[in-house]
This record gives sequence, structure tokens and C-alpha cells, in this order.
Amino acid sequence: MSSDVIAMHTARIDEPTWAETLHGWVTTVDHKRIGLLYILFALLFLVVAGLEALVIRIQLMYPHNDFVSPQVFNQMFTMHGTTMIFFVAMPILFGFGNYLVPLMIGARDMAFPRLNAFSFWLSALGGFLLYFSFLGGSGLYGAGTAPEVGWWAYAPLTARAFSPGSSTDYWTIAVLVSGFGSIGTAVNLLATIVCMRCPGMTLNRMPLFAWLYLTMAGLVLIAVTPLSAAQIMLLIDRYLGGHFFDTQAGGSATLWMHFFWIFGHPEVYILIIPCFAFMSEIIPVFSRKPIFGYPVMVAATVCIAFVSMSVWAHHMFTIGMNSYANSFFAITTMAVGVPTGIKIFNWIGTMWGGRIQFKTPMLFAIGFLFQFLIAGLTGVMMASAPFDWQLSLSYFVVAHFHYIIVGGILFALFAAFYYWYPKVTGRMLSERLGQLHFWLFVLGFHLTFDPMHFAGLLGMPRRIYTYEPGRGWDGINLVVSIGAFIQAVGILVFVANLIVSYWKGARAGKDPWDGWTLEWSVSSPPPAYNFATIPSVASRRPLWDLKHPEDPDSRYE
Amino acid sequence: MKTAQLLSIFAPESTPAKSIVDLSMLMLGITGVIFIVVASLLVYAIVKFRATSANADREPAQVYGSTQIELAWTIVPVLIVVVLFAATARVIHAIQDAPQPPTAVAVTVIGHQFWWEYRYPALGIVTANELHVPVSDLSRPRPTFLTLLSADTDHSFWIPQLAGKTDLIPNRVNKLWMDPHRPGVFLGQCAQYCGLQHAKMLQRVSVDTPDEFDAWIRAQREPARADAAASPGRRVFETTACINCHTVRGTAANGRFGPDLTHLMSRATIASGAAENTPENLRVWLKNPDAIKPGSLMPAMKMTDPELDALVGYMQSLR
Repeated sequence: MSSDVIAMHTARIDEPTWAETLHGWVTTVDHKRIGLLYILFALLFLVVAGLEALVIRIQLMYPHNDFVSPQVFNQMFTMHGTTMIFFVAMPILFGFGNYLVPLMIGARDMAFPRLNAFSFWLSALGGFLLYFSFLGGSGLYGAGTAPEVGWWAYAPLTARAFSPGSSTDYWTIAVLVSGFGSIGTAVNLLATIVCMRCPGMTLNRMPLFAWLYLTMAGLVLIAVTPLSAAQIMLLIDRYLGGHFFDTQAGGSATLWMHFFWIFGHPEVYILIIPCFAFMSEIIPVFSRKPIFGYPVMVAATVCIAFVSMSVWAHHMFTIGMNSYANSFFAITTMAVGVPTGIKIFNWIGTMWGGRIQFKTPMLFAIGFLFQFLIAGLTGVMMASAPFDWQLSLSYFVVAHFHYIIVGGILFALFAAFYYWYPKVTGRMLSERLGQLHFWLFVLGFHLTFDPMHFAGLLGMPRRIYTYEPGRGWDGINLVVSIGAFIQAVGILVFVANLIVSYWKGARAGKDPWDGWTLEWSVSSPPPAYNFATIPSVASRRPLWDLKHPEDPDSRYE
Repeated sequence: MKTAQLLSIFAPESTPAKSIVDLSMLMLGITGVIFIVVASLLVYAIVKFRATSANADREPAQVYGSTQIELAWTIVPVLIVVVLFAATARVIHAIQDAPQPPTAVAVTVIGHQFWWEYRYPALGIVTANELHVPVSDLSRPRPTFLTLLSADTDHSFWIPQLAGKTDLIPNRVNKLWMDPHRPGVFLGQCAQYCGLQHAKMLQRVSVDTPDEFDAWIRAQREPARADAAASPGRRVFETTACINCHTVRGTAANGRFGPDLTHLMSRATIASGAAENTPENLRVWLKNPDAIKPGSLMPAMKMTDPELDALVGYMQSLR
């Protein structure tokens, strides 16, 4: 069942020229190359959006600072949010899915390779278009420069009356176009996972990674389309005389909010569910035990996906909905915490009784568990609508969602990088640099996002380019900003590790971590065709069965 | 005016804010216990089940799961959710469905980019940026009920010590109420991003004793003082475009786009809290609003120095 590279005896082939190599990457339809394109694209935008965050934090270091003008600040938080969600998190998670799903299910590629490439290039176009807005010419105020409407682009701030020129249209069209790319990738993931699993791999035997990406893909299909519809309606308002959201002509500002958040809430589950996938593969391997409660983990994930579609207006608790609506969204939001908590318990259950190895992937996984727990609990606090009437729109919310996105998603991504980099490149990342990266990031992350909760509790609203002294916010903001710079150093260490290890890292071999899923059965990096012979499996951990023929999982499942 | 003041949500001075704090104590208590329990289990697992040289050569027992444990840690969280929701629903209804008593003071708040318009329809008062409400004690309740509207984009009314926030959304009518228990000044600011100067759309609420409140009402109802010494400034005001945006009751100025200036000197700040109300700041503001609040919608009218001096004099007369 192991797939060795097929040896071929042919005439010597010349090395490709750099032009041929570039052409190969640009025209590729191979899921592994597309996955890497997504990841590299996302890493580039991570650095750019990170710099935008540093501009924000420098401006907010002191009250009444004037590092940047109010307009530039407002562009910074708009671009930071939009970039991080649509051009970092989504692409990087699609990238990991693209690379790993076919390998993990014993397939040679995704179901629709050309759609796969098209989806990537649509996202790339979206990113390019959004950043072209900086060059679009500042001229008349707001004429053609970067958007400054916030990443939710609330109406009627986005109407022509309040956002003249085309800056808002860069946001709208860039995100709309990349949304179509997301839909394409979701279709691909669904078709691949449903139809292309290798013989013996029933749904009940596929890695949790595949289950979680299947769920995420379904959510993408359901959630992205309302946003696309709303963006088209916005364009109609701005250019074709429509009044959907034009309150000066009887339109509705809250209509945009409903459309946006019915996308926006499932979107955050779209982002976290693949991270649950990483955790569900990494924690078992480094605890040396199978995942605790596989069927419950599947059920909890599907449950989360369904319930997440009923909670969206918890982002709208302050807009004046009646008490029945507020109560409904409060209980659904609290309810979605139950399956989420169950997953945390199951990961701890996986570690329980295990033999835990504190390699870098596991360090980041443990960081994820602590931080995601805290973030989930602050989320439960905000599910209580009256408490949210104080916490919403303040730095408490900013702290909460960065706890999820940085403390949860980014830590899970770091774990995934350290775990699968050997498979992709054939080299191990440096453990020493990995530990340095981890501890720097833990320090910087907590310095920034722990005090931020208190700024919110002390009444500091979000999206303000400056603030009044003497409200207890000054010292907090200074510490928050220092933490941001420490995180930046952590990122530099990570990037250095990625680059240096490519040439100097220890050779990884097929299976450096003693893993159990199919990707560890092929060479590192895998051959272009993934598997010489399509494998056949009899349990959830085919490589465990091979390595432990006296005690295979197939006997117990 | 610029004294250090904490706007902690945990220092409530009004019934809705107090109900929220009471609820939050339950939320914090329960989530705190959950954190301690789960984090302790995690720490225990990390310490007790770490790989050591003693167990390095054996794989541990390959446990797949446990139905009883799964049931236990499903049922307990569901019960916790039921308790939290019951407490939450009670407070939602208590705050949102509170009836408006006849003694309530009714204020209509209209949010603008980037200032607050306050109208007291029953009392015949229009003012801006600094809200006055009466103190309300339990024996003599006199809450203030606010009707929230917007003239342009979304805004949000947030005085942390007096109430949770509620948004001002154009083409929509929202409600908020408060019954401050002690006199004093309470600060806040717009909490929903509304454009360029969202950060400087500050709020100042003065909770007055009954006598102070009555005196304030009487003063605000008066038309603008006619001060002969300020008439050169008044001429500048009425011949520059000022009257197109501002109202000074009792004069030809009846613009609605900008704040009512009839009793400008009764306010501690100008430009919705962006600067203290001093002659120096007034002069800077009038000469070029962008110097204090870049992107505010008041244009610089390119006045000469003598015109500016006269105009400041006129503003100072609007007590």
C-alpha cells in the first residue's frame, strides 16, 4: 500500500529554464502547487496586513497622537480587517485543504483541477484589486483611494452621499470576486471528499480533517452567497439608482446588517473549523493516542455548522431589535457554545492518558487550547444580550475576536506549518527557532490582547483614531502596542525559519512524526501523482494498522 | 473639565446599567468556574501525561472514547446554558420592555456626523452635544427616555455608567432609558463607526438636581441674548454663511445642519467634546475647524482677523 516513486529509465531530461518553471507554476492545476500558491499569497498579505496593524498600534500608543491622519487610520483598520479575513485567513485555509485533502483521502488530485486554479486566481485578483485602491489616486477627498468604511462596510456610510468616489467600490468588487473563488474551492472540496475517497475509506473512516473541511465547504456555499448578493445590491444602489440600503430614499440600513452578518457569523466558523481539523490531527499524534470520541467530534462539528446559521444577529444586539428577537439570538448563541466546548473536552480527553511530546506543533496546539477556551468564554459573555449592550462595539469585542483569530486560528496555523512543512518540503523546521517563535508569540499575544479586554470594560469604543487621556486607557494602549511589536518579531523568526530550513533543515523522510494518516505514506515532498497505486484502507488510522499489525484499529472499529 | 474619570461599566449609576452589572456577575462567575475547571484539567494532563524517558518506548493505551463521559459533558453545559439564558431573558425584558412613566423626561436624540442634537419636545428646548437630565431617586423616580434617530449614518449612544449602548440608525426609531441615581457629569462617546471624525463625537451628560434642572430648562428656553456690544460679530455671523447651518433662536439664523448655538456658552466644550469651550479654542475652531477636528463638516470661511475677533465676541455673548 505504500507508494514508492516509480523509477523510469528514459533519456536525460534538461533542467527547466526559470521561465519554464514560472510558467509551470502560473498554469498549474496540481492541487499541491495551488495549495502552495494560496499559502504563499496569504503569507504575503499577512505581512502587509500586519504592517497595517502596526500603524494602528503606533497611532494608538498615546492619546492625541498624530502618527497618521484620521483618514489614513480609518483606511488602516478597514484594510487590516478586510485583508486578514479575505486575503489571509480564507486563502491560507483553502491552501492547506487543497494540499492535504486529496493526500489524506488517497486521491491523486481534487475533483476539478481547472476550477481549482481558476478559484485561486480569482482570489489573487481580488487581493490585487483591493490593494490597487491605494494607487487609485487620492485627488478629491475619497475619490479613488483605499476604502475607509470598516470591513463590514455598513450602510449608509457606503452610499455615494457619504463615500464619494470609488474607494468603497474597490472593497465591494475585490471581496465579491474573491467570494466567487471561495465558492469554487468549496464546490471542489465537497466533490472531492464525497466522491474521491480511496477504496475502504467510508465516511466513518475518513480523517477528521476531511470531515471538518467537508463541513467548512458546505458552510462556504451557504454563507458567501448572501454577501455576494448584498454587494451586488450595494453596487446597484451606488451606480444604477437603487435604494436597497439608501436610507435617505426609504432604504434600510439594517437590511445590510442582516445580509452581512448572515454571512459574517458562519464566516468565522468557516475560519475556525479548519483549525479544528489541524488540532484533530496534531493532538492525537503528539499524545500518541487516537482522537477521543471520533463520532461525537463529527456530530459536534455538523451541529456547530447548523446552529451557526441561526446566531448572526448577536452582532446586532445594539441596533434596537425587540426583546423577543434579542432573546432568540441570545439562546442560539449560547447553544452553539455547547458543541464547541465538547470539542475542547475531547481534545483534552485525547491527551489524557497519553504520552505527550512537546514538539513545536504540540506547543502551538496547547496554546490554542488555552486561548480558544478563554475566547469561547468571552463569547459566551457577549451572548448575554444585556451584557453585550456594554461590551459590543468596544475594545472588549476586539480583544475577543483577536483571541479567536490570533490566539486560536493563527496558533493552529503555526502548529499546522510546523507539522506539515516536512511533508511539503522534505525538510524539518528548526525546533530551536520554533520554540523561540512560540514563546515570543505567547508573550506578545498576551501583552496585546489580555489588557485590551479592560480597555473595553472601561468604555473605550472601537475604530477610533485617537482617544481622550485620563480615562484609564493610556497605559493599556501602550502595553497593547508593545505586545504588537513583540508579535512582529515572532513573525520574523517564523519567516526566517521557513526560509532557512528549506535549505538547511534536517531531512524529514516520509514520516518524521510517526503519524497515522495517508499523507505520511508518500515521500516528502510527494510525487506529482501522489500515489503510485491508489491505497486501500480498513480503518481510520491506516498507518497505525501497518505499524501495529498485532493490534490494528480495524479490529476495534 | 478634563479631570481623570473612569468610565467603567462596573461603576453603574442608573438602573439599566446596574441590572447589567448584576447579570454580568453571574456570567463572570459561571464562566470563571468553567475556565478554572477546564484549564486545571488541561494543566494536569500536560504535566501528568508528558512523555518521559521511562515511558518512551511504549505507546499508551489506545482509548477511542467513552459514551458516559460524552453524555456527562454534554448535559452539564446544556444545563448551564439554560440557567444563563433564564437570567439573560429576564434582564432583556426588564430593560427593553420597561414602561415609560408619566414623570419621565422625554428627549429626542438625533445623531449627526459628528455631533449630537438633543430636543426636549415637551419642554420646547433644542440644544446640542451636552445632555442635561434630572437625577432620579427611587422615592421620586424621574427617568429620562430617549428616542434615538439619525440624520445621516449609523451612530451609537453610549454612556457606560448610565446604560448599555443603543444605535442611532437612519430611517429607524430606537429607544433607550436611564434613571441616574446621583448628580454629576458622565462621559461617553459615539460607539458606531460613522465616518472620519467618529473618534471625536464625544458625549457629556450632566445629571442635575431638581433645582439645577429647572434652572437649566428656564435658561435654555430663552431666545438668544441681544447684546449690543456683540452686534459687529452678529453682523459677521448673519452675513457669512453661518446662518445656513446654525440656529440662534430669536434671530434670522435658523439652519438645521449644524448644532443650535443659542446658548453655546452654557456648554463646557465645543465641537462635540473635541475642545474646551474657551475663547482661544473658539477662535481656532472658527478660523479653521480642521485644526481641531479634521474632516468635520464645518468649512473654514476664510475670515479676516477682525472678523474672527468680532465673531468670537458674538459667540461669547450667547450665554
